[in-house]
Amino acid sequence: MSSISSRRLSKELMEIKNDGCPVGINLVQADDFSTWLFTLEVMGESLYKNEQFTLQFRFDEQYPISSPAVQFVVTDGRQAPIHPHVYSNGHICASILGNEWSPVLSVIAVCVTLQSMLASCKKKQRPVDNDRYVKHAPENPKKTRFHYDDDTV
Amino acid sequence: MSDYDISDNEADYYDSDEMMEDYQNDDDQDEDDMEMDDYNDDFRISAGSKQKSYEVDYKSLSQSSVEKTMKEDVDHICGIFGVEPAIASLLLRHADWNKEPLIERYMENATKVLVDAGVAIPEPVAEPTPVRTHHSVDKLSTGSASRRSTRSSSKLLSSLTSPTRSSAQKSSFSSPSSSSSSISASKSRTKDKLSEEPEQKSFTCPICFDDSPSLKPLSLICGHPACSGCWNAYTVSKIRDEAEHCIRCMTEGCAIVAPDDFIHDILLSDAAAPPDSNPDDNQTAWVRFQELLVRSFVGANPKLKFCPYPGCTNTVSCPAAASKSVLTTMVPIVSCGAKGIPKDASAAAASSSSSSGVTTVTTTPPSSLYDKEHVFCFGCPIESDHRPVVCAVARLWLKKCEDDSETANWIKSNTKECSQCQSTIEKNGGCNHMTCKKCKYEFCWVCMGPWSEHGTAWYSCNRYDEKGGVEARDAQSRSRASLERYLHYYNRWANHEQSAKLSIELYAKTEKKMEDMQITSSLTWIEVQFMRKAVEVVERCRSTLKWTYAMAYYLAKGNEKDLFEDNQRDLEKAVEDLSELLESPIESENIPVLRQKVTDKTVYVQKRNEIVLEDTATGFQDGRWRWNVSVDGFEEPPEELMVN
Repeated sequence: MSSISSRRLSKELMEIKNDGCPVGINLVQADDFSTWLFTLEVMGESLYKNEQFTLQFRFDEQYPISSPAVQFVVTDGRQAPIHPHVYSNGHICASILGNEWSPVLSVIAVCVTLQSMLASCKKKQRPVDNDRYVKHAPENPKKTRFHYDDDTV
Repeated sequence: MSDYDISDNEADYYDSDEMMEDYQNDDDQDEDDMEMDDYNDDFRISAGSKQKSYEVDYKSLSQSSVEKTMKEDVDHICGIFGVEPAIASLLLRHADWNKEPLIERYMENATKVLVDAGVAIPEPVAEPTPVRTHHSVDKLSTGSASRRSTRSSSKLLSSLTSPTRSSAQKSSFSSPSSSSSSISASKSRTKDKLSEEPEQKSFTCPICFDDSPSLKPLSLICGHPACSGCWNAYTVSKIRDEAEHCIRCMTEGCAIVAPDDFIHDILLSDAAAPPDSNPDDNQTAWVRFQELLVRSFVGANPKLKFCPYPGCTNTVSCPAAASKSVLTTMVPIVSCGAKGIPKDASAAAASSSSSSGVTTVTTTPPSSLYDKEHVFCFGCPIESDHRPVVCAVARLWLKKCEDDSETANWIKSNTKECSQCQSTIEKNGGCNHMTCKKCKYEFCWVCMGPWSEHGTAWYSCNRYDEKGGVEARDAQSRSRASLERYLHYYNRWANHEQSAKLSIELYAKTEKKMEDMQITSSLTWIEVQFMRKAVEVVERCRSTLKWTYAMAYYLAKGNEKDLFEDNQRDLEKAVEDLSELLESPIESENIPVLRQKVTDKTVYVQKRNEIVLEDTATGFQDGRWRWNVSVDGFEEPPEELMVN
């Protein structure tokens, strides 16, 4: 693994261990520099009260130049949140995971962004093209080219 | 007179001012003349000095001459706005190279234009999210206080500045760089860079978290720092993986665009490019970046088109075909002048970079016909010569072939129609005694006649001439007329395509033989070249013929079509004769005779080809051709001419 990516991730991990995660976010697993797991809860009043989701990060050697592959875990009884930008296979349509990714963003920043995406949701529903997408979706959500057309949620 | 000079009669055809406007400047002329001369030698056999009605004026431009034009635009903007070339270039790219609207908007609100193009920092008050802006050193310590504190306030957190220490917020460059073009974009700021020199201690790159003392923080005018290694990796990845020529600051939400000299330095200069980066990757990325710029310029100008052949970096300028409406009256087939396709992309990049002034991508053996010239249509995406037929009809035909030919062929060879109800039937087993599932009509699969006439001959049918059978087959062919009609044209189209391929293969063999003959007989190289010319002509004429079938398929019935098909027939006959001559065995004693015959025939075939092209092109200019379907850009044909 390239030194930049592992150095960066080890620093991020150190920060998390020292400073802790923001409220509602917990590190579950970060045994290596390829896959990390977090649990995510939305705090306060929201449609997702008392629900807990698991978020998976996968890093390639180009991280942080290229974005991590981020998705909700939908195995072992865990569910993806019902949200207009989250597909039932756990894939997430969010611009910061695609063309608006910036190397300055970090794992925690992504978690927080997704947390606030859920918090601001007005109506629990799947994306309109959910069935079609899930049927043909690639295993890695980074291989999908999403259209980011909705800025409201 | 060179071929691309506009002759007087040409001006009559394309008399619209807009079309005749030549955007190219005269000082490009010399270089282009040279390129075009090379091109003429190879391409034009009968050196017709006069412009033909089926030809179009165009110019081939190398990447460097396009760059020259770009530079003129940039200089123009520099002169008007009083900005540096790097800034002017970014402004122009942002405005899609449309100078006039850019100038207008700039005069109206210069700041807004600069901010939109990513060359100036927006006013901090306008920012919805706490983006750190560092206009001056004084603000630095307060500016970076947003660390993770805004996390729940908005979804687009710009926070995550975690590792940046405030002391690291330097927009300047630590070492007083030795190279002339300093990497720090802060030179476009009025602030000087050396004054901030001293407190350059613990810089930690916010991207890779490296904090080694030798690390140099680099930033654009926005002041968001990162180490050279990250900048380099980011730039290379943007250029190589995303084909992006607009390289923005890495910080999220920051719209500042890296100027070209920054990109150059981060990739190539000794002072700034990270020592551990791969020099080949850097070089490739820089070459690619230049190409992307040219592509963006060419893409924004309707008078220019980038050569679509892989690995080619030439551009063709064809002002006559710049507007879509002229495509109903002309077929703008152009060539960038280069030949062949490089073995692999990297070789292409290397050859075009090493000799940026020279157009032709040099390829291996010179005589091979596989090194095809880069001929393409300026008006549509078809990457070959589709004369005489216009773009809209050519596309219609290709689409039809793509959609229908396989299906049609399958239906034709695997199915028949019930002679009573015309249902299409596929026989997938059993005897010849068919019973239509739909209308219960009983018939013989072999002769299509009613089964009642067959008596007890269950497994054979020898009654071809039986009245019932003949009638049934007639009915069948009538009902399949449109399918048959399509296949008639398609098969001839496909045949010419195939024959053209075969004749090239034949030539490859013949050439070998002729090389041998040069050694064994007294013939010189020049004397055996007639074969090469003949094959070239056959290939070109077969391309014409191929497309005449596409055209004829869509031509409405009438005298015009009859005349067209007469010309087509004459050309076809001549081409087939010549093809046959080429097949004849070559012995050293019959060479002079063969040579005479082939040369005569070649000249004749060329004449016939010219007649077809000329007549069709004139027809388009006069609006003589009528179609049997509705075609983009043409008048809707009257009902009686339409074919379903």
